[in-house]
Amino acid sequence: MSYHAVPAPGQKNYLNNGYGLMSWLLTKDHKRIALLYLLSITFFFILGGIMAILIRYELLTPAGDLLQSETYNKVFTMHGILMVFFFLIPSIPAVLGNFLIPIMVGAKDLAFPRINLLSWYIYVVGGGFTLWAIVTGGVDTGWTFYTPYSTVYSNTKVMAAALGIFISGFSSILTGLNFIVTIHRMRAPGLTWSRLPLFVWAHYATSLIMILGTPVIAITILLVGAERAFGLGIFDPKLGGDPVLFQHLFWFYSHPAVYIMILPGMGVISEIIACFSRKNIFGYNFVAASSIAIAVLGFLVWGHHMFTTSQSVYAGMAFSIITFLVGIPSAIKTFNWASTMYKGSVSFETPMLYALGFLGLFTIGGLTGLFLATLGFDIHVHDTYFIVAHFHYIMVGGAMMSYLGGLHFWWPKISGKMYPEAWARMSAILVFAGFNLTFFPQFILGYLGMPRRYHAYPPEFQVLNVLSTAGASILALGYLLPGFYLLWSLKYGPDAPKNPFGARGLEWQIDSPPITENFTVTPVVDDDTFDYSLPEKEVAVVR
Amino acid sequence: MSADTVGAVTHAGHGGPVGTDPDGHHDNPHLAHHFDSEEQQTEATQLGMWVFLATEIMFFGGVLTAYMIYRMKAPVPFAAASHHLDLTLGGLNTILLIVSSLTMAFAVRQAALKDRRGYLLNLIMTMILGTGFLVVKYFEYSEKFTHHLVPGPKFQWANLGQAHGAEQFFSLYFMMTGLHAIHMVIGLGLLTVILIQGRRTTFPARFKGRVETMGLYWHFVDIVWIFLFPLLYLIGRHYHGG
Amino acid sequence: MSASNKTLPLFPEQASTNAAMVDELYFFLLALAAFFTLLVAAMVVVFAVKYRRRSPDDRPPRIHGNLQLELVWTVIPLLLSLVTFYWGAKVYFELSRPPDNTMDIWIVGKQWMWKAQHLEGVREINELHVPVGRPIRLTLATEDVIHSFYVPAFRVKMDVVPGRYTTMWFEATKPGRYHLFCAEYCGTKHSGMRGEIVVMEPADYQEWLAGGPKGDLASQGEKLFTELACVTCHQAGPTQRGPALAGLAGKPVQLAGGGSAVADDNYLRESILNPTARVKAGYDPIMPVFQGLVTEEALQALITYIKALPVTPDNVVAPAAAPAAPAAESKGH
Repeated sequence: MSYHAVPAPGQKNYLNNGYGLMSWLLTKDHKRIALLYLLSITFFFILGGIMAILIRYELLTPAGDLLQSETYNKVFTMHGILMVFFFLIPSIPAVLGNFLIPIMVGAKDLAFPRINLLSWYIYVVGGGFTLWAIVTGGVDTGWTFYTPYSTVYSNTKVMAAALGIFISGFSSILTGLNFIVTIHRMRAPGLTWSRLPLFVWAHYATSLIMILGTPVIAITILLVGAERAFGLGIFDPKLGGDPVLFQHLFWFYSHPAVYIMILPGMGVISEIIACFSRKNIFGYNFVAASSIAIAVLGFLVWGHHMFTTSQSVYAGMAFSIITFLVGIPSAIKTFNWASTMYKGSVSFETPMLYALGFLGLFTIGGLTGLFLATLGFDIHVHDTYFIVAHFHYIMVGGAMMSYLGGLHFWWPKISGKMYPEAWARMSAILVFAGFNLTFFPQFILGYLGMPRRYHAYPPEFQVLNVLSTAGASILALGYLLPGFYLLWSLKYGPDAPKNPFGARGLEWQIDSPPITENFTVTPVVDDDTFDYSLPEKEVAVVR
Repeated sequence: MSADTVGAVTHAGHGGPVGTDPDGHHDNPHLAHHFDSEEQQTEATQLGMWVFLATEIMFFGGVLTAYMIYRMKAPVPFAAASHHLDLTLGGLNTILLIVSSLTMAFAVRQAALKDRRGYLLNLIMTMILGTGFLVVKYFEYSEKFTHHLVPGPKFQWANLGQAHGAEQFFSLYFMMTGLHAIHMVIGLGLLTVILIQGRRTTFPARFKGRVETMGLYWHFVDIVWIFLFPLLYLIGRHYHGG
Repeated sequence: MSASNKTLPLFPEQASTNAAMVDELYFFLLALAAFFTLLVAAMVVVFAVKYRRRSPDDRPPRIHGNLQLELVWTVIPLLLSLVTFYWGAKVYFELSRPPDNTMDIWIVGKQWMWKAQHLEGVREINELHVPVGRPIRLTLATEDVIHSFYVPAFRVKMDVVPGRYTTMWFEATKPGRYHLFCAEYCGTKHSGMRGEIVVMEPADYQEWLAGGPKGDLASQGEKLFTELACVTCHQAGPTQRGPALAGLAGKPVQLAGGGSAVADDNYLRESILNPTARVKAGYDPIMPVFQGLVTEEALQALITYIKALPVTPDNVVAPAAAPAAPAAESKGH
């Protein structure tokens, strides 16, 4: 069968292998579980997005006139919790990673399919508790749950929300565990570590953080819950506790959690840029190793969230310099990505537009991260809109752009249909423009001194806030479009060939959409399998 | 790198002998459909448990960190509170768990030798010792309740200046031993499963792998106690001030 | 401060000695960031245009990478990082080390207001008057949750953490009124926890102070010292059981059970609220706990008084002379 041929209609694949509700809810197929995740994270993204719009419209005017301050505080808290724990952390790993990692390593499924399904159910139960917290009154502690506000002073639904996050953490741990075992033990013959797709490398690094970081937030939430429920003096200074210890434990997970969000995105970008430049990634070893370096160093920098808590000057210096070091692997990646295009054959389909947008936004996000690592500078902008702008450049400009890029890139493989290219390009451009208009003014606002989590603000900050709100409206439109045209493509899109973009990798050698077992025969991989300089028929290893 | 190359080769090497039909399905009933060989399956299960135990270490690590930091901040109240733990019961529990680890190791060995009787006997011994641990723990806990040493509104401590530190000690004591006890209960549940399965099994490689994996978990839970016992019961025993 | 909502501000007012240092660092960082962003953008644009796909059959050669280049973009960013780190750490050091001749002011944050207490006795809420050209050191405490004292025009910020004092300092360079924000989220009216720093010429400041109440903070502390009966045990005489306090502040203290501590504000605070935590060597842990019995304001007055005590021969008593008191039994229930 030719690689541009469309599979015959009615041919068996994972989508038409059973239609009943139970065939989805009890599935052990990693591809179907990925789709379950896709639906549920989209739901939480829409909720979190509505919260974001409410925040931006409240900030259109200096006075707190659209929402009461209690409501506003709950809205930004829920925006943070939903977007961080229920969208960004599971986004690329649980959807794209789940779908692609077994195929990319030439396996029929993840090592533990039942645990994979269990992780989705755990995620749903965690999400359920969080929704329950919203419906029954909301939480107002900020997604950071700083003590003693969260344990003693807030009279909102802290317990339900904390329980939701605690539970969903286990879903993340199980996903990471499954990936690590799959990558170690399920690789096809010949698929050595030095041939592994960079998407898989990035997920390996992510999984390390998931299994080593997540339990720490779990125990921390447990301690917060125990303090709130039984009045224990663990973080409450009135009972001899130390509220700053909470911040240490919280950021020990939550800083590496940022890398859970961005590392898989870096994996996606590595695949996309290679494909649309028709070149293997420049400096493969350095890009792969830098993922691991980021994961390891990322565990040693949590203290940079606490430069203003009166921690010792020397601790501050140690955390500052390690933070600078963690910037180096990111710089290495960025230069390698850009160099991959050198002497390539570059084309500009939607995934590539997202990838190029990512390069720009991630560069700005990463460099402003180094601003914040600079001790004397951080004191001024800590807890201002500068921080808000910075982490949105990483989480939205980085993680979200790469998620959308990846979703478009593998959409033909996942759905078996092509998305409409013109609409998709337009939405990519809208997202890029809207994003910059939303968040760039916030850097300036931050340097001017506008603190974050402010419901009302002095009038001189208004112009920049209006710009930001205008940008958010464009951004929202950019996010709505894919929702429509991707659904549209399921019914009306042309059938996708095996390899619509001429990419390398095992997933492009099997049908779109794949059969339930992925491969009929275990593929045997060699060095040419991933080589972009060879014609497509010479790299075929799947029969 | 070499170990992984070996892994890749096993993947290929054992793909054939088991026998796969044209659809990629093998005919071995002990093998899940997505594995190529029993060896690959066993290796995957065991690596999975090791990874899970790494997670567990970080989980207990968080609360151990809190304990160490507070112990350093308030060494005197912590030492005084530590005196209220029963060294004899704690010591007894330590012995129970160490012996249970031994019997667990025997159970794994007998399973490998396909000795059903020895396997079941050792497993039952392990479970009895584990249950004994929980019974002793129950008596220790109820003693804390009668002496008002449970953190919360009913907590009583004579020396007011040290009350916060002592209450913190007991908060962390209950947190750490409670989490450990929950892990023991889960472990007993897992052992019950392989006990029931052990009555019928023909001891294929997959089952032996499972027993070994459960053994890993059981040893881990024991090791956690080996850390908790000195930290909570022994440090500061020599201190008699107050 | 021009408070128009029609202009597009790009740069905050510069009103402290520190602000200039932070702004220099900011411009350096901006220049670096602009350079690297433009470099990456230039690479992307040039390669995208120059190597755009001309035919669907393009099959470019394979390039594995280039070790020299990898070294270049590892080492150069590393060196620049080290320079930036050094510069940032230097500014941070200046920020965290107040000069010796500071004027001290006490600050208390609570949901949702800032209270200031001048040593001369004047109190204010959500306003802080300070003279220009004089280093000011603030000692911050909170009655409830974490707050953060933030003055953008001075480029300074410090969290106020429950259970301890934190300190910050600045020297205003320009008379005027500047925003004071709470920067750490503290509950419902967090964004209402705002105030103003009023920087005045020294003469105006003296005049403003003179308009306040009579009786400085130390004399209020002296009154409390008697009312709370601290005087019974901490003054030379037959009833003395605790250490003499004159000249204690800022000095190292040998602790019972080994170790030592510096008798800074945090030590004095802890020794009042929870006295048995770190007892001076040679004394018994018999002082009652004052946690929950004295307010933050009373603590300020007491500590100011203790620090102001004059050292005279009759109020310094050697520890050995302290009469023994029955040791408290801690183990019983």
